[in-house]
Amino acid sequence: MTMKLLLTALIYLPIAAFLLSLCFDRTQEKIITNIAIGSILLHVLGVLGLSIMWALNGFNTIDVSHLTLYKTDNFAFVIQLFFDKISAVFALVGGLVTLLAVLFSKFYMHRDDGFKRYFSTLLLFYLGYSFVVFAGNFETLFIGWELLGITSFLLIAYYRDRYLPVKNAMKVISLYRVGDVCLILAMWMAHHIFHQNITFTQVADSTFLSQYAGGGLVFVSSMIVFAALLKSAQFPFSSWLPRAMEGPTSSSAIFYGAVSVHLGVFLLLRTYDLWHANTAIQIAAIVFGVLTTITAGITSKVQSTIKTQIAYGSIAQIGIMFVEVALGWHTLALLHFAGNAFLRAYQLLVSPSTLGYMIHNQFFEYATPTPKPVSRWRNTLYVLGMKEWGLDSLHLKLMWQPLKWLGKKLGILRCPISLYAMYGFVMLGIGILNGFQMANFAHWPIVYVGIAFACILAAFASRGSPIIAWILIVFSQLFIAIAISLNEAVPPMQIVIYLAPVLVAGFLGAYTLTKTQVIDGDISLNRFHGYAQEVPTWSFVFLICCLALLGLPFTSTFIGIDLLFTHVSPNQYGLIILLGLSFVLVEITALRIYARVFLGQHKKHTHPIAYRSS
Amino acid sequence: MTAFDLNRTLDELRHYLPTQSPLKDFIHHNSLHAFQQLKFYEAIFKASKIFGFQATTPLADFRQMYVNGRIRDDILNRVIAERQAENTLNNWREKVLNQTYDEHNEPRIGSLRAQWNAQYQIDLDTAVQPLLFRLLSNYLDQGISVTTFPIANMGFLAAIKQLENTSFISIFKSKRAKKLLQSQDLTVLKLLKMLVGDEALFEQYLFDQQFSHRGWSGMVATVESQPEVMLDQKIISLHDLIVLDCLLEIDYLDVTLGENWQPLSQKVTVPPLDLFAEVPDTELMQVLKIWQDAFEWSYYDDVLAGVQISSQQLATNPPVPTPKNFQALFCIDERECSIRRHVESVDTQAETFGTPGFFSTEFFFLPQGGKFYEKLCPAPVTPKYLIKENNVTASRKHDHFYTPKTHHVFVGFFASFIYGFWGLIRLIQHLFAPKMAPAISNAFSVVQPGGTFTVENTDATQRENDLQIGFNQDEMAARVLSLLSSIGLKKDFAPIVYLIAHGSSSANNPHHGAHDCGACSGRPGAVNARVVATMANHAGVREKLKVAGIAIPASTQFVGGLHDTAADEIGFYDTDQLSADNAKLHAKNLHSFERALDLNAKERSRRFASINTGAPIAEVRQAIKDRSVSLFEPRPELGHGTNALCIVGKRVLTKNLFLDRRAFMNSYDYLTDLKGQFLTNIMKPLGPVCGGINLEYYFSRVDNYKLGAGTKLPHNVVGLFGVANSSDGDLRPGLPWQMVEVHDPIRLLIIVEHFSDVVLNAIKSTPDMYEWFANEWVHLATINPETHALSYFKQGAFVPYVPLTKTLPSLGDVHHLIENTPPMRTNQLPDATKENTRVYLN
Repeated sequence: MTMKLLLTALIYLPIAAFLLSLCFDRTQEKIITNIAIGSILLHVLGVLGLSIMWALNGFNTIDVSHLTLYKTDNFAFVIQLFFDKISAVFALVGGLVTLLAVLFSKFYMHRDDGFKRYFSTLLLFYLGYSFVVFAGNFETLFIGWELLGITSFLLIAYYRDRYLPVKNAMKVISLYRVGDVCLILAMWMAHHIFHQNITFTQVADSTFLSQYAGGGLVFVSSMIVFAALLKSAQFPFSSWLPRAMEGPTSSSAIFYGAVSVHLGVFLLLRTYDLWHANTAIQIAAIVFGVLTTITAGITSKVQSTIKTQIAYGSIAQIGIMFVEVALGWHTLALLHFAGNAFLRAYQLLVSPSTLGYMIHNQFFEYATPTPKPVSRWRNTLYVLGMKEWGLDSLHLKLMWQPLKWLGKKLGILRCPISLYAMYGFVMLGIGILNGFQMANFAHWPIVYVGIAFACILAAFASRGSPIIAWILIVFSQLFIAIAISLNEAVPPMQIVIYLAPVLVAGFLGAYTLTKTQVIDGDISLNRFHGYAQEVPTWSFVFLICCLALLGLPFTSTFIGIDLLFTHVSPNQYGLIILLGLSFVLVEITALRIYARVFLGQHKKHTHPIAYRSS
Repeated sequence: MTAFDLNRTLDELRHYLPTQSPLKDFIHHNSLHAFQQLKFYEAIFKASKIFGFQATTPLADFRQMYVNGRIRDDILNRVIAERQAENTLNNWREKVLNQTYDEHNEPRIGSLRAQWNAQYQIDLDTAVQPLLFRLLSNYLDQGISVTTFPIANMGFLAAIKQLENTSFISIFKSKRAKKLLQSQDLTVLKLLKMLVGDEALFEQYLFDQQFSHRGWSGMVATVESQPEVMLDQKIISLHDLIVLDCLLEIDYLDVTLGENWQPLSQKVTVPPLDLFAEVPDTELMQVLKIWQDAFEWSYYDDVLAGVQISSQQLATNPPVPTPKNFQALFCIDERECSIRRHVESVDTQAETFGTPGFFSTEFFFLPQGGKFYEKLCPAPVTPKYLIKENNVTASRKHDHFYTPKTHHVFVGFFASFIYGFWGLIRLIQHLFAPKMAPAISNAFSVVQPGGTFTVENTDATQRENDLQIGFNQDEMAARVLSLLSSIGLKKDFAPIVYLIAHGSSSANNPHHGAHDCGACSGRPGAVNARVVATMANHAGVREKLKVAGIAIPASTQFVGGLHDTAADEIGFYDTDQLSADNAKLHAKNLHSFERALDLNAKERSRRFASINTGAPIAEVRQAIKDRSVSLFEPRPELGHGTNALCIVGKRVLTKNLFLDRRAFMNSYDYLTDLKGQFLTNIMKPLGPVCGGINLEYYFSRVDNYKLGAGTKLPHNVVGLFGVANSSDGDLRPGLPWQMVEVHDPIRLLIIVEHFSDVVLNAIKSTPDMYEWFANEWVHLATINPETHALSYFKQGAFVPYVPLTKTLPSLGDVHHLIENTPPMRTNQLPDATKENTRVYLN
């Protein structure tokens, strides 16, 4: 009982710390750092205490059904907490690194403009991390997963008045989002297979699992592996990791050196029982791990900047961890994780020392390079490593450009007049729902998801008015709700859960954009405007609107998304693909609007502004 | 428009690009050196219009400082009266204080190349720069990458060609770019014709292109003209960079638009823009000039009044000459301003002097086991001598956490288990008990335990690489003579004369060189101090000095030392050579130095929010020392921040003034140099060295984003020669934000104690020196040693200056000021510089 209480407290502690940190302003540095250091220290001690109790109790897994947020006959959204060896190691290592990095930041970040923003975001990250490592089911894990994604975005774009951090934050969140949707799809399919929301205790129960087999499980497993590859920057997604190191060195050390980047390994460990029986999945994890180790190993060797070198060095080790996990060597993987996390966090924190130290070494140890014999293979590998295996342009070419191309073709949707058509479609949808029959037509759901997707695509590719783009994505959420309602009878309450925050955020967001547009008459999406400099409050309000619209775990939409998906059957391939794509793109589109209007170089050169390339 | 001439354009580019060397050596210089032939205001506004940066403090900040009382009302009125027509005072006051202006500054640079985006919706920067920067940094890398650039000993473009020829995978994506690289007639002209078309636009296009990554282009231009700035020397040129730049642009255009796109001039109809055309004077500029003048003179007026009061007091109450306990020569560096004040206050029988920290002795230095020479004298000087270090007993310590081997797949695997957990322990130790370690730049490490120097040359054939090893007796005597004469120390020698150089220890700081001694090419000056002490103690040298008129008593000994300006510690060298009597005196003096360092540490601590200034002195000392070895501390010291003055004259002139740590001080006695022979040599480096430091701080402060390096916190070390933000960012020359935060962006005021006509002759002796003053990049004033009248150098002549300040407040207890400093509220200029106090009388 004590252990269960303690475990629950370990979730509430960071929530309290995060909320508390919001109450002070940036000049109150001492209070803010004390909240951060105190709460994380307490948390680490709590984890330590819990681990000891748990060990004394014979290492028995702790499982708590903490809170049921929503429940129907076959759907329950439960905050389920869980503690075992994997949670213990990840919580301790992550906690320690974060604690040390926060201690480091206390001095390092002194008098930085975003001092408060930095610590609050870190606390939010820590909350997300706690949710992930202590999650007892996919839903709880997903809460943390979403928080990690958004805090990553905020800390990469920490220097929000420069171009590159904002651009790279968008790049990373776009890939993260694909991983998020993989998890949503995994949950969706799992729900259909098991007809309930399964817990990790059930996953670990072989007799329970053995009743289920087949294609569905393979789908769930592949989605999980895919999400893990994305989160841990494995091949073919490696190129995002060095680009994520835009924030202060201390936050890069936590996120991309130590904690965040290892969460793919965590996910694989946590769901091991679900997928390891399937040889194909097991082999896939090994193959991607090995491929990553080889490619990242080569890339790391030819890096001439210190942070990118560490990034690729770390990714290569994580590749090995994937292999270790797939082969079932979990203790080794956990040790490897801990060591790699500590090493890379340390190397990143001391990375500025490299210049003085290595030049000093060079001064005494320099030897004139001897010309090497030409080796075509070696040079080929050199070029490949230097170009990072072309992964960055590959993502652009295969993932984003086709969508952008498609979106551009949908220019008609971006005419203000098309909004009336949207309104018509909504009315039509409501009409059909209320028994109005146009013909005996069974494909309304896919038509509506199609319209929703088209709206998002049009907004995604827009270079014009952000207000129209914003309204398009609000409409798209309406269409999705209509489509699902047309697909299956959905209790109205579920629609309310899904749509209410979307609509509120939609109106407030549109209002904020309109107010911002009035300032200079132009906020078109063909450039960055950087209004966060001029109207920081509106910038913050709009960010909250985006997050609410996207269903981050502080709104009911978060549960609504899971609920809506339960109304799509596993055999509706077209519907699920379009839905998945819509959910990937809607977040990217909304954050793109936020980034273009409020972030980046401020358009008025009335104060110092960074060069675009710096 | 004249026809396009590539060489001329290349020369112009080199002229305007930043010239910061690799960070291992940090030489401060005027960030706008390219505009130095213009007058200051004309230059900054012109440069600002061309390149888009802020030229002065923002208008709102000036107004806030006026409200805060840092800009004085009477000075503001005087400046308006000087600058504007009669009877317009109220009109201009209204403009200066209240009128709203459109401060938006649309730069000229980049407008042509931006047309790719406007016409084709193509973002060339994003497409080209990541790979371009990677190629450059991999080629120039000084030792980060494990696998070095496969083609060694070849020029940049040739190496790229060779790499392209010997790899199965191309650097380019399109066939045409690949073919172009290998073509026999590959010229910039040909590439520009494809890209731009119309020759009239070529120069503008190249400026746009190179200034889209000015950091990298500047580094390439610097390495091209001075390959020796890199240890591992590389052959690279701006020309090669431009060729590759153009090829990558063509490559990307071909991939996105197919091969049939039209050059830019076919699409753009706007006429070419003359980047360097005159910039019309605006009312906003007038207002900013008034504010800048008022800001500067609000401080200068106090200083000049103080100097005048001091000078008058000295005349009525001349100090009684007394025997000195010791004499100490410090660098002119403004950070030594406070330690000198404290040394004098602790031991009232001590006398201090200021002189450039290489102590008039220029040479290259070869540390034992070193593979390169270190230059230990001001940057423009090229020494003909070499000093070698021998007999070092300690071996160099290593730190395995920095070995790139941990990035190998297999080594990294085992390293995770061993170094990983060890790293955790080290991190905890760093956080809670920071201490000196091999990876921390240690100012004292330049002189190794047991090491001896080859100071004396007895055989002129002892040479190495065209350098004479050591100095012969005549050469030694000449240098000691020049040192002592320039500061007027020709008689009344104390038993011990200390030569105290300075350096700065700091951890996790790629810009550590910027804190070291500017007169020693951005290095600690310990070797110079030790070498010159040896010279001055040499019996043969003493003989020659006697002949030249400087009789140093045999009992007087010179001792070299080093002041670590971050840790606030002084180390002394060769004290075992002291006579028994002097050893006793030295032990007593050590005590005084320690006490002075205590006070200095305490004074400095008033600017550091994390230190409780009122705590027991031992704690404050420890906290100051910890800063210099703390990995998490981005402000080990505040460097040259707040520098504003340079005083050339007797110490007694400023001894009774509290100038904080804002004055470079060069000791000089006009009586020993009535014709100004030494003065010329003293004045010559003041522009480039002190003025350079001052202006680099000025520009890095007013636009830290564009002319400074931005905040240090996200910096990523590139190739061991520079820093960038993130993996794809441009190099960031200039000073980081944390160094310039407390700096008042005002120009340097040089005050010389001499007759104006002698000073005028001195500055007119070389055109280079004169330009600094004539173009108003530094201010110059004189105090007449006989009449105590002040004059100010204005438009080629000295005019009388009468300070508005008549009396200065008395400081009373300095501790009161130090302990009661409130922490700054924000680091915006009006807040951050509030504590740059006015001048006090002691």
